[in-house]
Amino acid sequence: MKYATRILHNGGEVDPYAGALSIPIYQASTFHQYDVDNPGKYEYSRSGNPTREALEKTLAALENGTHAYAFSSGMAATSSSLAILKQGDHVVATADIYGGSYRILSRFFSKFGITTTFVDMTRLENIEKAIEPDSRLLFLESPSNPLLKITDLSGAVDIARKHNLITMIDNTFMSPYFQRPLDLGIDIVIHSATKFLGGHSDVIGGAVVTKSDELASQIYFIQNGFGAIPGPQDCWLLLRGIKTLKARMDLQQQSAMEIARWLKKQSWVRDVYYPGLPDHPGHEIISAQATGFGAVLSFRTGTVEQARRIMKNVRVWSVAVSLGGVESILSYPVKMSHASIPPVERQKLGITDELIRLSVGLEDAGDLIEDLEPK
Amino acid sequence: MKIETILAHAGLCTDEITGAISTPIYQTATFRHPAVGVSTGYDYSRTINPTREALEKTMAELEKGRRGFAFASGMAAITAVLMLFSSGDHLIVSDDLYGGTYRLFDKIFKQLGIQVTYVDTSNAALIREAIIPERTRGLFIETPTNPLMKITDLGELTGLAASKRLLTIVDNTFMTPCLQRPLEFGVDMVVHSGTKYLGGHNDVLAGVVVTRSLELSDKIGFIQNSTGGVLGPLDSWLVLRGLKTLALRIEKQQQNAEKIAEWLTQNRIVKQVYYPGLSDHPGHCIHKRQSTGFGAMLSFRVPDAAWAEKIINRIKLITFAESLGGVETLITYPVKQTHGDIPVEIREKIGVTDDLLRLSIGVEHVEDLIEDLEQAMAAKEQRP
Repeated sequence: MKYATRILHNGGEVDPYAGALSIPIYQASTFHQYDVDNPGKYEYSRSGNPTREALEKTLAALENGTHAYAFSSGMAATSSSLAILKQGDHVVATADIYGGSYRILSRFFSKFGITTTFVDMTRLENIEKAIEPDSRLLFLESPSNPLLKITDLSGAVDIARKHNLITMIDNTFMSPYFQRPLDLGIDIVIHSATKFLGGHSDVIGGAVVTKSDELASQIYFIQNGFGAIPGPQDCWLLLRGIKTLKARMDLQQQSAMEIARWLKKQSWVRDVYYPGLPDHPGHEIISAQATGFGAVLSFRTGTVEQARRIMKNVRVWSVAVSLGGVESILSYPVKMSHASIPPVERQKLGITDELIRLSVGLEDAGDLIEDLEPK
Repeated sequence: MKIETILAHAGLCTDEITGAISTPIYQTATFRHPAVGVSTGYDYSRTINPTREALEKTMAELEKGRRGFAFASGMAAITAVLMLFSSGDHLIVSDDLYGGTYRLFDKIFKQLGIQVTYVDTSNAALIREAIIPERTRGLFIETPTNPLMKITDLGELTGLAASKRLLTIVDNTFMTPCLQRPLEFGVDMVVHSGTKYLGGHNDVLAGVVVTRSLELSDKIGFIQNSTGGVLGPLDSWLVLRGLKTLALRIEKQQQNAEKIAEWLTQNRIVKQVYYPGLSDHPGHCIHKRQSTGFGAMLSFRVPDAAWAEKIINRIKLITFAESLGGVETLITYPVKQTHGDIPVEIREKIGVTDDLLRLSIGVEHVEDLIEDLEQAMAAKEQRP
């Protein structure tokens, strides 16, 4: 079955009771038990809920995994996955990781004796150098946020295997439609499902997918133990969003490419970061490991004033936090997604005051371009 | 304002544009900024969402706290509170408590370097003995405990905690702020499984933390936003909707529970009834002093496991399911359900054994409930 078909037909799409083509929203906390000694499939919704299960099955199918777990937010997915670690463990993480992931590693997991080294993973030797005897997990993001840096995932997996590390990747920017890291040997894929999976900026959600039975049972234990699960309504909205994943991403990517090419030609634009451009340093690697380049790009203006003027003047673009929705969103990483990274660190990473990130939606590309033009 | 009034007005008229009486369900992930550096006060729903905020404000008001925080489940609320601590910290925890909380301490936070001593917190001397100087940072208790309904003296607890600079956390799920407000006794934080009485209809999972101090409010807010175990907007709205009838429900449920507890004490096969409303309950006087009611949870002991299973298999009207606090009466078998994660030797020690059943009394007519229990507990099966 082709991938586009699998997005819609993956076994969980029909309600077995009434035959409804949409899974019912099981707004129930608990389930009647018929036998003292043999608990039913569903006992309590934190442990398992039929609507959430339909979503989890779909997520597993999309990522070519065998087990998926849904969470109340991308950060709940990330923190719950990291909670399989224990005191004394060390993490190697990509340097320009999402600000929220940076924050939980540096402010929470650090308190519980879990240390992290952040390295630029565009160069694989940096990973190798950062590995310590207690290293247990390699935390990747490719393309990275907000500078769209590309890591050679198979290369990273080889290093991780040599040193017996678990590999985990945040696949939010690509979605499983463009990139399926489990096929490349990655152990755990996480998502902020709020973004491309949900796709409508109307639900907060997170996901974790794996094909290792052992990791799956550890993550399920945390999902049930921590209990940061999404409610049935939010699960249903994610399922609904996923049905149009391919259609949305195809068009969003096409417009992103058009906008990137246009930006490249503007005199007031200093740099454009989009892995779909042939001169992007990671272009070849991403072409080999993914089937697309996604719909997120960043660019740097000549001056801070130019960046601020664009944000002030846009009418079609929403100035907001988040990405991946049908509406185009323009965000300002220094003040929004990456505000939790200390200014010195940000500067080092190149997340400066001239940097703007675009999440391209479904509007007409011409309208989006016109709206960005200096007035 | 009286609590009944706060409840009836939960989330009332927050929408100034339309004047809608019911808080709108803001099913949105993000919010448009009017300009760079200008925010409506709402940026991203993980951080703050107007529907969730209405619930959080109501919870703070009900518990007489500074701020309320809503989470995806009761366990997500407790997880957020435990994130306040660090490796090497030691906590003292009620030995008789919900199995999910035990699992969180024993299986997850233990690996992260948090050490726990379980004691019978109804005995202050035992708490005092368990304190490790320079290491003990917090006390986590349930009162009444689940499922054995032991009572801890909240005033004594906070006095002890203050002298040792310990954070006090009370799981107030069984009582609700209608019947007991631990923050008024100086407790630092209250947690709830909002799934239970607050929601009240067995239709939503939710958790709540209410803090007493500004400092703790800031810390919990930071954790809530960072770890992201937040409650969705529809679920927030369902809890708000549930709260509106909390006072009515709990009053009726409690009336029913008192009658059923009395009836159970008269039943031949019942060995013991655990309900703080019974005058011979060891915590009766303390509980009466610190709360305005005894709630609608009770446990009872039958001769053996065979009897327990027989009752579960025979009940018709009462539902055999995990959870509590809803309008429907539920019967739970703690050893196999809620407390299955606690190792058998600990269960034996504290008395959570296979002859124990727990009832969460609902709002049905009490005579129907008693009739159902009567036929289930009859010496011989009654023929229709």
